[in-house]
Amino acid sequence: MKDKGGFEIPDFTKSPTIDKVGVEERVARFQTRSIKNESKMQGLKLALNMIDLTTLEGKDTPGKVRQMCYKAMHLHDMQSGLPTVAAVCVYPTMVRVAKNEVKGSGVKVASVSTAFPSGQAPRDIKIRDTKFAVDEGADEIDMVISRGRFLSGDYNFVFDEIATIKEACGHARLKVILETGELATLDNVRRASDIAMHAGADFIKTSTGKIQPAATMQVTYTMLEAIRDFHLLTGRMVGMKPAGGISNSKLALHNLVMVKETLGNDWLSNEWFRFGASSLANDLLMQIMKAETGFYQSSDYFSID
Amino acid sequence: MAKKQTPSKATAKTSQASKGWDYSPSLESTSHVDLKKQYNLYINGEWVKPSSNKYFKTINPATEEVLAEVAYANDKDVDRAVKAARKAYTEVWSKTSPSERAKYIYRIARLMQERAREFSVIESLDAGKTIRESRDVDVPLACNHFFYYAGWADKLEYAFPNRKIESLGVAGQIIPWNFPLLMAAWKIAPALATGNCVVLKPAETTPLTALKLAEIIHDSGLPPGVVNIVTGYGDTGAAIVNHPDVDKIAFTGSTGVGKIIQKAIAGTNKKATLELGGKSANIIMDDAPIDQAVEGIINGIFFNQGHVCCAGSRLFVQEGIADKVIEKLKHRMNSLIIGDPMDKNTDIGAINSKEQLDVINGYLKIGKAEGAEMYQSPCDLPRNGYYCRPTLFLNVAQSSRLVQEEIFGPVLAIQTFRTVDEVIQKANNTPFGLAAGVWTDKGSRIFNLTTKLRAGVVWANTYNKFDPASPFGGYKESGFGREGGLHGLEGYLKLS
Repeated sequence: MKDKGGFEIPDFTKSPTIDKVGVEERVARFQTRSIKNESKMQGLKLALNMIDLTTLEGKDTPGKVRQMCYKAMHLHDMQSGLPTVAAVCVYPTMVRVAKNEVKGSGVKVASVSTAFPSGQAPRDIKIRDTKFAVDEGADEIDMVISRGRFLSGDYNFVFDEIATIKEACGHARLKVILETGELATLDNVRRASDIAMHAGADFIKTSTGKIQPAATMQVTYTMLEAIRDFHLLTGRMVGMKPAGGISNSKLALHNLVMVKETLGNDWLSNEWFRFGASSLANDLLMQIMKAETGFYQSSDYFSID
Repeated sequence: MAKKQTPSKATAKTSQASKGWDYSPSLESTSHVDLKKQYNLYINGEWVKPSSNKYFKTINPATEEVLAEVAYANDKDVDRAVKAARKAYTEVWSKTSPSERAKYIYRIARLMQERAREFSVIESLDAGKTIRESRDVDVPLACNHFFYYAGWADKLEYAFPNRKIESLGVAGQIIPWNFPLLMAAWKIAPALATGNCVVLKPAETTPLTALKLAEIIHDSGLPPGVVNIVTGYGDTGAAIVNHPDVDKIAFTGSTGVGKIIQKAIAGTNKKATLELGGKSANIIMDDAPIDQAVEGIINGIFFNQGHVCCAGSRLFVQEGIADKVIEKLKHRMNSLIIGDPMDKNTDIGAINSKEQLDVINGYLKIGKAEGAEMYQSPCDLPRNGYYCRPTLFLNVAQSSRLVQEEIFGPVLAIQTFRTVDEVIQKANNTPFGLAAGVWTDKGSRIFNLTTKLRAGVVWANTYNKFDPASPFGGYKESGFGREGGLHGLEGYLKLS
């Protein structure tokens, strides 16, 4: 069934089953890939350019957000030829601050919404939350699904909610956070991915970063397979954003290997793949500087936030 | 057929030309490997020249370069080796206490582990298999076989309670070229644990790791003559089989040679275990975890370039999901990296020899002539060396030669089925019976199929998993006797 403006909504209870042992084996195989020399440097820079630099704390201030935005555009100015990150990710109330800061740089502003991180709010409030962020200038919306409803089998509710938020997004791209750490099984991760994509998600995202485990490779791999199947079925590309737990370069490169071998090179740009991470940026910078200069510098030589 | 291949070649070009990220070469270093120019026979704890003074070359199938010259043993040399083994058995080994035997086997295992990297590099150079597989599968498994059987040496009476246990004497062992070191370990470890002496012949295309193993065995201080390694061709193997003072023949290889061996030893009281060919069925039910099943199909047929006796070379897919599975299978095949076995990122290495490549290409021709639809991974192959693209044949009939005969290469024959009964019938409708795979989410289906499939090993929701503790062996023309596990001891013991 190819997408021609509209396609059949499948029976989500029939999403493919996932064998966890098989997934673990496949993931272990990605981790044996040896990334050296030019491909390593290219991969590190690519990963840097895929980061959604994030601050999602109750204590966030406009000053903190401005500082992070500056870093997003100027990762390490002592080294030329570095990309910017893909986006900054903030709460709706900080969108305007961030938007002013990154203006003209190409860095996008993403806002979490729908009563992030728990999603425990009535639908009209989630819609308002989303519209507020979009009106403030958000380019991207990171929503959370209602995990309680999902786990109780109310898939139609989850589907409708995502579709409604997608409508509220207007031109903003919608990332749907499954919060896989609360979904318990890979079968559930696969089913939630299918629901989100059919309901209109532009991206599917693993986690809020507030719950452990977050973006394990097993979970990300399961979601990438779902994206591949959705593309085969509808011809539509959906992006992927693992978030939380990817704090070092090696893991980032393994994620890129996984994307390349599951979805292909077409997905290897920040239009289709993002890392939700903050500490990753500095580790990537350290590795890049090591490759460029031959010296491994201490963390004091890289700015925080 | 040439026409059909054109679109796949075109896709290859576009996918390579597109933006993206490719892996830089990541070659395993060979500088730490110490290979001699010429290898002699390892008999009675010494390296001796072959009596004919003849040597043959062993080449790297990925580059066609000569790696070393290896002694060609004839009847006289084999006789010398068997006599050395008999002497060692009578005078030393049969009087060595089981716990002492265990110490030697442990020592060999540890020495192998210490030099694991060297072993895997030599294995990849000589056999064409990828460094990833020799490093992650062959060598660690070979070490584990020695560790495992070391543990049994002084516990044999617990393996066979209330039975009287006697060793056999001299075991003649002939091993194939697909897993050279691993097969040597499968053969030598249980033979030593049970108190036998050994004359082992590695395959003519892949003798180097067995000779390296001889060096380690020498370093371990194992008494001279307990393990002898003779290299050569089929006639060398025949000399072992026909030698009157050999008590047991352990053979892994083709069904054709297996039949010759069994004829040759008929009427003698030589004991035998034969591990022969296969044409194993990999069965995908419609409720299977599809993506993991696809990975299992890939691993089942393309592992070690398909040079695996238990390769899942017949794929049975239930009709309802056949299109989906085949689409995904092609997609996954396109992401396989074929090329230099020494590159750590290579998934599929070189075909073991020119002869084998000719055999495989012969079957590709047969498949096309029979009218089956062929699909190959759209990849460039290295200019030198023996390579074959991973290949699928769709719409093959049960009576097709692609389904009936063992190809021993990266060639998968795909059939569809409707009912469980039908697939059981078709899976069992073969002269072989080595292995099978079943993919389903339903436990009851697994048990139903595993009890009805006539195969020595049946894997559920996985494929090509090996462990020293697990017995391995076949039904029908796939041979008899079991290797590995407690069962593997039995082939080297007289129980009464």
